Amino acid sequence: MNLRRDVFQAIADPTRRTILMLVASQAMTAGAIASNFDTARPTVSKHLQILTECELLKQEQNGREIYYHLNPQKMKEIADFIEPFRKMWDDRFNKLERIMKNYKPNK
Amino acid sequence: MEQKTKVSAEDGKHVILITRIFELSVELLFKAYVEPEIVEQWMGTKVLKLENKKHGSYQFETSDPQGNVVFRANGTIHEFNPNEKITRTFEMENTPFPVQLEFLEFEKLTAETSKLNMLIVFKSEEFRNQLLQMPFAQGINMAHNRLEKVLTRLSSAL
Repeated sequence: MNLRRDVFQAIADPTRRTILMLVASQAMTAGAIASNFDTARPTVSKHLQILTECELLKQEQNGREIYYHLNPQKMKEIADFIEPFRKMWDDRFNKLERIMKNYKPNK
Repeated sequence: MEQKTKVSAEDGKHVILITRIFELSVELLFKAYVEPEIVEQWMGTKVLKLENKKHGSYQFETSDPQGNVVFRANGTIHEFNPNEKITRTFEMENTPFPVQLEFLEFEKLTAETSKLNMLIVFKSEEFRNQLLQMPFAQGINMAHNRLEKVLTRLSSAL
């Protein structure tokens, strides 16, 4: 269960989702990926590290460069899980609870 | 920490069970399903029609900021027992998804807490699994839109 949670934390971040989109079309070096963002290079490296640790990205040595590419099996695995659906309802119900706690019957 | 909202979708079945415990009286919880302006707030959709009675019907609609309708759903209410249960159908318009059946049970736990059981019955296990994957697909779409923005900004900077 821990592994699953980590994977979903990984894709919960918009920057990391964008990285996955970028790498989906072709394998890229960390530098090429970082050039797509305004954020500092170490921040992008951190995101790459997280995505690699949970196996959404794979590293491949090509000469002196390390290329990142998508691990389609892991992506497929995520799509089968119910967590995003649960999260959607959890968000809705949290909102419902917040609204009704502030509900004033005689407004 | 235990999750407040639980979802179970067993292999080989064509149902989803969603359960949630609320820090609300059952009356307040039920009201959130009955008052159109409250439904709009937490469901994030416009309520065109909501007839809370047996044989009544409802219609929801969501538009993007440009005013284009991006989502429309409707259904018929089969059972309506205040503070106890709602049984209704749910159909997403202009999608390949067949109509689904929803059993909502509202349960009083204490004066200040309540529980919701929502059982959704699908036409097949395949359709159920497709629906489960939808929120993830939306996430990817959002990422894609963001990517497009980034690319537009880059190309205009050249």
